[in-house]
Amino acid sequence: MSQLSRRKLITTAVGATAGASGIAMAARLAGRNGLMPPEWHGVFGPGDTMTYAAQKLLTRRTMAREFPRDRISKAPFANAFAPLTEEFKGLQAGGFAEWRLVIGGMVARPASLSLADIRSYPSRNQITHLACEEGWSYVAEWIGAPLFQVLDAVGVRPQAKYVVYESIEKGASDSIDMADALHPQTFLAYGMNGGELPISFGGPLRMRVPRQLGYKNLKFINRLTVTDSIKDLPPAGAYSWYAGI
Amino acid sequence: MLSFPEMADSAWAPDLTAAATASKAAPRHLAIVRITHWITALCFFALLLSGIEVLISHPRFYWGEDGNVLMKPLFTLPIPASRATVPTGYGYVLPDQNGWSRSLHFEAAWAVFLTGMLYIVAGLVGGHFRKNLLPGGADLRGGALSKSIADHLHFRGPSESEAASYNVLQRLAYLAVVFVLFPLMVWTGLAMSPAIVSVTPSVAALLGGQQSARTIHFFGTILLVLFVLVHIGMVWLAGFRSRMRAMITGHAAEQPAVTQQE
Repeated sequence: MSQLSRRKLITTAVGATAGASGIAMAARLAGRNGLMPPEWHGVFGPGDTMTYAAQKLLTRRTMAREFPRDRISKAPFANAFAPLTEEFKGLQAGGFAEWRLVIGGMVARPASLSLADIRSYPSRNQITHLACEEGWSYVAEWIGAPLFQVLDAVGVRPQAKYVVYESIEKGASDSIDMADALHPQTFLAYGMNGGELPISFGGPLRMRVPRQLGYKNLKFINRLTVTDSIKDLPPAGAYSWYAGI
Repeated sequence: MLSFPEMADSAWAPDLTAAATASKAAPRHLAIVRITHWITALCFFALLLSGIEVLISHPRFYWGEDGNVLMKPLFTLPIPASRATVPTGYGYVLPDQNGWSRSLHFEAAWAVFLTGMLYIVAGLVGGHFRKNLLPGGADLRGGALSKSIADHLHFRGPSESEAASYNVLQRLAYLAVVFVLFPLMVWTGLAMSPAIVSVTPSVAALLGGQQSARTIHFFGTILLVLFVLVHIGMVWLAGFRSRMRAMITGHAAEQPAVTQQE
């Protein structure tokens, strides 16, 4: 082997080792600072991780734009949803008096809240843009209880990292990290454009996460689970878990 | 997408002699230019394919902040959609492939952004832009410019001797892609991100809103596709084999065997 190629080989090996350990160290540092998404592996892991890390760094204290009332869309679009279940129709017939939001997981005081309980928290409103990943959007006023108030009341344990929220629709659930869960614009929304939240828009209770795309704003919420790990990550080929894009 | 300039380096350039002599020693295209060119080409293809896939879930365009099927579009593409909620006039709905398409789009966007940054920094430091892309003052005068345009329109092209330089239209086209279209695509792409818009609302506001950003992103794509088509056409006219060889190996003509020190 020539001098030149041996030197080249050594340089390449040193460079590769340095690169690999650099990436490993960056990943550890990112993990410690809450910059690693739960969805970091697979073919699209690098892209998902870079987007999440970059946006988590940038959005620590940012607020989604809020619009004046005259910018509310005249024609908001509700999108299609699966036919309502018998369970839902039964609750609807009773004026949702029996609707419960069950809160459990890593909390000090698990709870089961009625809509009246949720309305007893100081109500907030926001006029924000909701964009669907498909490309369409609308601006609407959302009225609700900021999620952090409810989480404060049930006492989130310090090791908690995510809030999983489930819909009464079979199999529909999603989750956000604690930074988004505690963000002042993340609402348990029960009202829209000055009135009740229509069923087509997710009434009686919808998750509102204005710094992420529409699909994170799950409709018909009836369960919250505070956890330190996400078990139901989107399957390969599904929309990515983090939707700040 | 940005396309890296050096592919159709021109035999249409006026000053051939000096350059031809110089090209004997130095490679026609620097390694950094060749590597970034091909990564970009691959990313452009991935972005275009995944972008089309996402687009067909809502082939309607709007201006301003908001827009949906209940609102009047600016224009509609006459194609079927992958969502039943979009009225298209077609009796069928295309399969939905948005999951992987979106992930591929953003991963390719990161790859092309980082590659583009590397190219731009290397081009500024190494003088690639100044030496190879900035047109000379004389080239920009009316007479020279219109002669170059006329030459192109008449397909008066590649002479036998090869120049390690670009003609003025090429330079302008490449500069426009690298410094206007590429940043515009990044900007309009970021303006569609709810997280980024929460950081700097003006990213969307300056464009008129998030739907305007989406519409401009679409027109930017059209311009880039046109650029790539013309780019490939010119490479074809200038001699596909030698241009490809130049962009892959760095040398247009087959190199005399270099004596290797073993």
